[in-house]
Amino acid sequence: MIIVPPPFPNLTPFIPELIVLSVAMVLLLLEIWVKNRVFIAGICILTGFAVIYCLNMSIGITFNGMFINDIYSVLFKIIFMVCLILTVLISLNYIDREKPIRGEYYSLLLFATAGMMLMASAKDLMVLYLGLELMALSTYILAGIKTLNIKSNEAAIKYFMLGAFSSAFLLFGISMLYGLTATTDIYLIAERLKDTERSLPLILSMIMIVVAFSFKIAAAPFHMWSPDVYEGAPTSVTAFLSVGPKAAGFAVIGRVFYIAFEGIQPDWTTAFIIISVITMAIGNIVALAQTNIKRMLAYSSIAHAGYILIGIVTSTYESLQAVINYLMIYTFMNIGAFAIVILLDKGEEIQDYNGLSKHRPLVAAIMLLFMFSLVGIPPTAGFIAKFNLFVSAIHGGQIWLVVIAVIFSAVSAFYYLRVVMNMYMKDPLVEEHQIHLSPSLGFAIFITVVMVMVLGLFPSLII
Amino acid sequence: MIQAKFPLLSVLIFVPVVGAILVALISRQRENLIRSATLFITLIVFLISLSLFTSFDKTTRSMQFVEVYEWVPTFGIKYFLGIDGISVLFILLSTLLSVLCVTISWFSITKKVKEFYASLLLIEGAMIGVFCSLDLFLFYIFWEAMLIPMYLLIGVWGGPNRIYAAIKFFLYTLVGSLLMLIGIIVLFLIGGGTFDLLKLMQYNYPYHIQLLLFWAFFTAFAVKVPMFPVHTWLPDAHTEAPTAGSVILAGVLIKMGAYGFLRFSIPLFPDATISMAPVMMILSVIAIVYGGFICLGQTDLKRLIAYSSVSHMGFVTLGIFALNTQGLQGGILQMINHGIVTGALFLCVGVIYDRTHTREMADYGGLATVMPVYSAFFMVFTLASIGLPGTNGFVGEFLILVGGFTASKPLGVIAATGIIIGAAYMLMLYQKVFFVETNEKVANLKDMDKREILTLLPLLILVLWIGVYPNAFLGFMDESVKGVLERIDMQNQSVDLIEKLLEGLK
Repeated sequence: MIIVPPPFPNLTPFIPELIVLSVAMVLLLLEIWVKNRVFIAGICILTGFAVIYCLNMSIGITFNGMFINDIYSVLFKIIFMVCLILTVLISLNYIDREKPIRGEYYSLLLFATAGMMLMASAKDLMVLYLGLELMALSTYILAGIKTLNIKSNEAAIKYFMLGAFSSAFLLFGISMLYGLTATTDIYLIAERLKDTERSLPLILSMIMIVVAFSFKIAAAPFHMWSPDVYEGAPTSVTAFLSVGPKAAGFAVIGRVFYIAFEGIQPDWTTAFIIISVITMAIGNIVALAQTNIKRMLAYSSIAHAGYILIGIVTSTYESLQAVINYLMIYTFMNIGAFAIVILLDKGEEIQDYNGLSKHRPLVAAIMLLFMFSLVGIPPTAGFIAKFNLFVSAIHGGQIWLVVIAVIFSAVSAFYYLRVVMNMYMKDPLVEEHQIHLSPSLGFAIFITVVMVMVLGLFPSLII
Repeated sequence: MIQAKFPLLSVLIFVPVVGAILVALISRQRENLIRSATLFITLIVFLISLSLFTSFDKTTRSMQFVEVYEWVPTFGIKYFLGIDGISVLFILLSTLLSVLCVTISWFSITKKVKEFYASLLLIEGAMIGVFCSLDLFLFYIFWEAMLIPMYLLIGVWGGPNRIYAAIKFFLYTLVGSLLMLIGIIVLFLIGGGTFDLLKLMQYNYPYHIQLLLFWAFFTAFAVKVPMFPVHTWLPDAHTEAPTAGSVILAGVLIKMGAYGFLRFSIPLFPDATISMAPVMMILSVIAIVYGGFICLGQTDLKRLIAYSSVSHMGFVTLGIFALNTQGLQGGILQMINHGIVTGALFLCVGVIYDRTHTREMADYGGLATVMPVYSAFFMVFTLASIGLPGTNGFVGEFLILVGGFTASKPLGVIAATGIIIGAAYMLMLYQKVFFVETNEKVANLKDMDKREILTLLPLLILVLWIGVYPNAFLGFMDESVKGVLERIDMQNQSVDLIEKLLEGLK
């Protein structure tokens, strides 16, 4: 018997991940000697741009068909890179301010990003799980990186426990699927399920996977971890968590459900319709009662996951595109809002914003822009995101879901507007609103403001 | 369509928007410069808009001053502007009232001056945009974009209960608008992937879809008008808003709802309009009578005028949904009239509010002896609001009632009682504030200065001008109103034809 050594895999499609992973590992070592944070952050940003540059050149399938880099994953990876770059920009000054923060911060960000990229590119459920755990483990540590802060610790533990729980669900679902089809390749699963009957184990495994992914995108009723984690984690990490892992979650939902579970589309659509409605309801209604802006934004991000799920449910090519556009725009406006929270010396409670327009009119005006964009009022990008999503959903026949979504959008106006109201219509509680403006933070805010305005006025740039 | 040689409408929209940015860049300390710059910009815009008045072609019903550019090709969205006889007068009204809002706020706005005038300019740009847009997407952008500065205007510079009023205004309008957005998207999908109003108007949609869309659009427009069951935001918003805010709300903003019915609902959904017209007329008559009765019980000056808007806008929608020439013409003219008269009344209230900082009627009395010039102005506007012959109010209400009678006699009769109630509450207001014994609190008030007189004078002239020679204004809308009605009649005939065909088949 001749054993043929397997050929060396073609690494071209994997180049973007390779870049991120190797930079992450190098940084891990480098951080021992290099104390200059600007240098390290600069490397992270360069990495982001390098990846965006390489993405289009590295389309293909590799690792025996376990890894795929296609247009779909490229679009998601661009979102991840934007998220990474903006997070690094807003972190730079902030994590020095939040004293007891470990040196590994940036490399953990990179590891988490690499995990998200793997998820988007997974053609095999094992790779998907690998990426998911890489992302999850890095983000658990990031959430708890303020080691001496009790809330940060609580956030990390909670995130870890519930995350592990959801991973177990995912593995359970995958193993049942393996039992049915004897493969973990997403595309092969689809092929083998084509001829089989709709059976109880299949539905069960679908439900398990729905639950696991709903944890990741913080969809109700699996959202319990997110407000505590968002509140406890350092704000820059919260900004990252509210965008990156969520987008990655949607990437795998798209891939797994559209392809592997194509045969039982009505079943998973029903499941996601229910989750979407509950998510919009809980996210928007509970957000009304929040007094901490990070918690409020946590619930708002739950609500946005609900809107985005409408695009998933519609399951047309058009709606998937709308989902990606929504995530892109959401990245800019949400990180922008968090950037303002970071900018303020005391900006975690909603009442800290009282009278902000008096002392800091420009900061207040920018926050106003982000808040209206999150509501979805034209001419901001948030409106374009919603509009695009609703068009595709109505086209796909989900008109009632859209009606529910717009009603909850109107509810959401109330809590976003409360921030505006506090900034413009109430008297300040403090003598002076201190801000910590650094060039990198200023640049991040500038980029997000420009993108929110430009994409709002010239939507043809992305749709 | 008559293409524009010069992008006049774009200039009208974007001069205020760019102006707002420029004003925002002026140093905060230089308040007088901010005021003068805003006044200058609004005056320029007004003068430019006057050229519409002179160069508008009254003999055609097609769109004029048209500008079309591709905007978002994926969705067939175009930057498509154009005006016809229905919209031209509203643009003039918007630009005129904007100038007056600046002058009346000159001394009364003292905090966040820069933000105030920037918001005012943004509102002006968006208002003009709403009246010019012929692309539904573009229309929606302007329609919603206006909410942001208006929300701030009420909430930041308003009265004691301003925050409540601002949020109420915002939420009511937003819910309505979002349902309209769904309607717009549905229309886009069944209308062949375009937001072009003129193209969408060429199709005849199935009746059940028309009906659904009619109600989707109705929620947005009815909230803005405001029609009877959804009018409750209006008294709060109008009462709490600063004078300039009330003037814009009453003068232009609430006209957008009725304008929406005329521009979108009726031409797009003619069958649904015909079948729903009785419901709309009943709602209008309820608004007329109910609004009027509520006015009788008010003690707050601004609140009374606000509720009178509910009643007057009832007349407007009655005229529109009477669906005949007199009704439509009266409806449009009455919208302009109401904009002028109610705008003027709010300006007048602003004049004394700046002096006394109270809106309670009980705090006034005997102003006729203290401020004679002011009393004279107020008297004319009061009479115009009642609809005395010789003032503009008479022409509009008369036409509407003729239209209303033609459409339905009982409703016409009930609506006519609204005029009597109107006379009752307006005269009661005038009596309590200007006659009776002079209240000590107001005994030493100064009469209006030149700035205030100059602010009110243009409106006074318009009141008399339209009252005596309405044809100068009715002439603008003649052709366009015929166009709207033909669209409905055509629909009627085509429905009959289909029915006959069906009968024949049986």
